[in-house]
Amino acid sequence: MIQSFRENRRLQGFLLILPTLLVMLVMLVIPLTLTVITSFGQRDADGNVIYTFTLENYWRLLGFTETGWDDLYLGILLRSLWLAVQTTVIVILMAYPLAYFIARAPEKRRNFLLFLVLIPLWTNFIIRIYAWVMILRGQGVLNSALGGVAGLLSIPFTPFDFYPSQGAVLVGMVYEFLPFMILPIYTSLEKIEPNLYEAAADLYANAFHTFWRVTAPLSMPGVVAGTILTFVPVIGTFVVSDILGGRQVILVGNLVQRQFLDARNPPFGSAASIILLLMTLTLTLYYTRRFGLGEEIAAG
Amino acid sequence: MSSTKRSPWLTLTALLVYFFLYAPIVVLVLFSFNASRTNVVFEGVVNQGPCGPFYWYCQLFRNRDVMEATRNTLVIALTSTFFATIIGTMAALALQRFDFFGKNAAETSLYFPIVTPEIVMGIGILVLFSAAFGWINAALALPPNQRLTMGLGTVIISHIAFSIPFVTLVVRARLHGFDNRLEEAAMDLGANELMTFRKVTLPLIAPGVLAGAMLAFTLSLDDFIITFFTTGPGATTLPIYVYGLLRRVVTPEVNALSTIWILVVLVVVGISQWFQNRE
Repeated sequence: MIQSFRENRRLQGFLLILPTLLVMLVMLVIPLTLTVITSFGQRDADGNVIYTFTLENYWRLLGFTETGWDDLYLGILLRSLWLAVQTTVIVILMAYPLAYFIARAPEKRRNFLLFLVLIPLWTNFIIRIYAWVMILRGQGVLNSALGGVAGLLSIPFTPFDFYPSQGAVLVGMVYEFLPFMILPIYTSLEKIEPNLYEAAADLYANAFHTFWRVTAPLSMPGVVAGTILTFVPVIGTFVVSDILGGRQVILVGNLVQRQFLDARNPPFGSAASIILLLMTLTLTLYYTRRFGLGEEIAAG
Repeated sequence: MSSTKRSPWLTLTALLVYFFLYAPIVVLVLFSFNASRTNVVFEGVVNQGPCGPFYWYCQLFRNRDVMEATRNTLVIALTSTFFATIIGTMAALALQRFDFFGKNAAETSLYFPIVTPEIVMGIGILVLFSAAFGWINAALALPPNQRLTMGLGTVIISHIAFSIPFVTLVVRARLHGFDNRLEEAAMDLGANELMTFRKVTLPLIAPGVLAGAMLAFTLSLDDFIITFFTTGPGATTLPIYVYGLLRRVVTPEVNALSTIWILVVLVVVGISQWFQNRE
């Protein structure tokens, strides 16, 4: 009786997970397998894929070409990585004080302050980038404002070239992902028991020590979750760089997109996509092993 | 965390970050009243036609492309949220409450999409669909007007796929503190499994399911990258439409659209907050 009940529960559990497994098989496992297969292929003169087994696409990405050493693609990979690291660090530096501010606010006001962080997210991803184009372009809002100030102080003013540039891309990235860092950090800060602070104070810890020994370690899960929610999308983006960077800033995302849609070289695009995936998985795996798994991802 | 006295520096930093978050939104709304069609420089408040300062808002409703893109975006978001919420909630129940063959594989496959850059998933789905459609079209020798192509269907399926892991994550978080004895009590009192689910389990996990659905809906509305690779003729969404405009001229219509968008969201959230407070 108990045996059959257990068997029954196993079956029920399996039936409940079955749709998810099917969706993941068709939309994740098979697509990734096809991408790997394509990445070992070649392209014929008409842009059709020939399925063979060659590592040529990967060698080309890493800089070894028939004509010798060429670090064009390696440069693109490293630039994407560096931009993702910069973005993540700046986002942490901006998000932490705000999350701390909200967590320390009177309880009644916290929801409202958090709500204020969410509102910008409900415009659209593309619209938010477009808003930065309006601010940063030559005759844009920022230059007008600076020109106005310079006029008041009667200083000669020539408009800055904020856009398109690498700096504009960085600003856009930071703006897009800031809320995804604030929410998980807030969640982990809010969970800290107030009596831990009292204990620290009883043990004569000053404000700096309390922060370093109590607040910072206990808010690490939030920082880890926020880092994953920021780093993963940033390293693979092509939209922000496309719009705010013009044609100057080429990231691995732009490379993949162009190989598929403009250059019509799916094997090379697939290889770039697989390298991007491996890079991201290795780094997130190392990061979560090092600092613990970000359970606060759920909060974002 | 208790509220203690805060340093003025912390308050100042917080205000600056809020300013950074809101400056673009203010610019966006302000420029929806711009008299200039190219919308580069603010040339004063528009006052044209019967709508006066709301000229661009009226133009917006006459713009067929925008209306169609809005409809597509909502159809995709509602349909994919519906299916992703059901499938994701089932998965959350399975993972949290049952033991079964392949549980570890299921856990891993659900975390994978979260740590995979969207473009990798988008490219993979593009490769799959173009291969599958090419093969089916050739095998059945379909005439050109009946051939399978990318469109609303492919976008919806892709959105379901990337939303499921997030729904599962949110619902599981709520299931964490769930007391199994409540269900056992219902069964002891003679309720069958369906009845127990409807009268006990579902009401208890409903807030989690709702939160998961909200997240799926938001992700779908906001998505650009996966939609970009899986869309086709007749399935232009708002983000895709605006992206196309950015390469030419963006009229203040787009600003008007975003302003309406923000207002609608504020009203919806306000109403749901009001209901929650009443309970």
